[in-house]
Amino acid sequence: MGSLTRTQRQRAVRLTLYALFVLLAVAFVLVADWEAISSSFFLVEGFTGTWQDFVFVGARNTILYTIIAFVGGFVLAMVLVLMKLAPVAPFRWLATVYIELFRGLPALVVILFMALGVPIAFGWRPPGGTIGAGLVGLMLVAAAYMAETIRAGIEAVPKGQTEAARSLGMSGPWTMATVVMPQALRIVIPPLTNELVILIKDTSLLFVVGMAANEKELTTMARDFMASGPSAGTATSLVFACLMYLAITLPLTRVVAWLERRQKRSR
Amino acid sequence: MTTRLHPTKEVDHGAPAIEVRDLHKSFGDNHVLTGIDFHVNSGQVVCVIGPSGSGKSTLLRCVNRLEEPTSGQVLIEGIDITDPETELDAVRSRIGMVFQQFNLFSHMTVLRNLTIAQQRAKKRSRTEAEEIARGNLDRVGLSDKVDAYPAHLSGGQQQRVAIARALSMDPDMMLFDEPTSALDPELVGDVLDVMKTLAGEGMTMMVVTHEMGFAREVGDKLVFMADGVICEEGDPREVLANPREVRTQEFLSKVL
Ligand SMILES: Nc1ncnc2c1ncn2[C@@H]1O[C@H](COP(=O)(O)OP(=O)(O)O)[C@@H](O)[C@H]1O
Ligand SMILES: [Mg+2]
Repeated sequence: MGSLTRTQRQRAVRLTLYALFVLLAVAFVLVADWEAISSSFFLVEGFTGTWQDFVFVGARNTILYTIIAFVGGFVLAMVLVLMKLAPVAPFRWLATVYIELFRGLPALVVILFMALGVPIAFGWRPPGGTIGAGLVGLMLVAAAYMAETIRAGIEAVPKGQTEAARSLGMSGPWTMATVVMPQALRIVIPPLTNELVILIKDTSLLFVVGMAANEKELTTMARDFMASGPSAGTATSLVFACLMYLAITLPLTRVVAWLERRQKRSR
Repeated sequence: MTTRLHPTKEVDHGAPAIEVRDLHKSFGDNHVLTGIDFHVNSGQVVCVIGPSGSGKSTLLRCVNRLEEPTSGQVLIEGIDITDPETELDAVRSRIGMVFQQFNLFSHMTVLRNLTIAQQRAKKRSRTEAEEIARGNLDRVGLSDKVDAYPAHLSGGQQQRVAIARALSMDPDMMLFDEPTSALDPELVGDVLDVMKTLAGEGMTMMVVTHEMGFAREVGDKLVFMADGVICEEGDPREVLANPREVRTQEFLSKVL
């Protein structure tokens, strides 16, 4: 080896790695039980027999629940941010306690609380039934994260912008609404889109509250098609749900990457 | 539009435009201003010079209460703005301020930069505000930039837009905090020309600057600050040619 040059040595290493990869791939193809894999994960009848339910009910509901939780969470997050900026201390404390509480709890526990605990305790009949209550739980958690993101966006707006507006005689609230907020929201578009992606995946937690046939989101649908229907007894429906999730989330993560690149360029 | 500046007191046009009495300002235990007394008469151009960190910006920012004075009084046309009864926003809209870093609203076009405060703080109609804005852009020689965004302007152009924005509020006086310090040397002249024209038109101005030529040419009074106090003040030509205080002499020997 001592007689090899540096480039020759690097080439040898690279070749060895390629050979290793090919070897592993061949071994996998030979060893894997393709019969079992295709019959339990990729059962054709499973796809052809359920795709309408997956697209028109499962995916539709997953998107619908995401939008509801996101919009509701955003509105609540804005209220929390304004409370954090309030001149009266108790409002700030309340917002801080809320944010710390809901960021510290598992979303699943909050969903169970809203869907089962609170209705039982207070006889509360949530709009939209159990699934509506579960959505409220998801929204409460999302709001805590979004509030922190938006607050960071506000802090990223240069102080000079506020000073210029105030020196022109604009009031504090008008300055916030027309000068600071528009710039802060532009800054937080990429992180908020990221939170949207996380929320899409978190709608799967609603699985625990149980839902009627027309309320099912992708995960519940996949779970139920494992027990009954054309793909019963196989994991085909789980694979289908995975593909549907990816079809929704991958474009969005590409959008986030693009937004971040664009923002970096405009700075 | 006349908004009351104070529930009981009236603007006194005979009083100095700006009067500062025994002003103190501390940040924590950093005593930045330690007893400032001075005034700017209506129509005067007062230039403030001094070493970095001597408190020039802090003093200027106390004049429109962007910075809260620790003690002392600031009177604008006879009205004490440290009095909590004073309508601070109304007073501020009569005091134009120009910053070292321009601070144009980066998400708004040049025109919107000039109209937003007119509409919100002065309650002018959009049409009226836009007419006034176009007039002021013309004054600073940037009529062709109405629809541009700040990021697409040079520093010198941004600063002239900032001046036009302040002028659009029809201020009684203007504060400048090192308006040319962030500019490339070749862009300084345009901004100084606009300021000279303003001074010539009789605008009351308080200018923190390192441009001794400007101070000599258009200043009615020069104030030299050091360590939070006014060390020396007088006629700019006089002070620049024959500084009396040692510290003024030292400072001028470094910058001239
Ligand atoms: N917001 C602030 N918080 C704490 N210290 C400050 C603040 N603004 C200014 N200072 C301090 O006050 C002193 C004077 O600053 P400044 O008025 O900006 O001086 P100049 O404009 O003459 O350079 C400096 O020591 C600076 O660190
Ligand atoms: Mg300064």
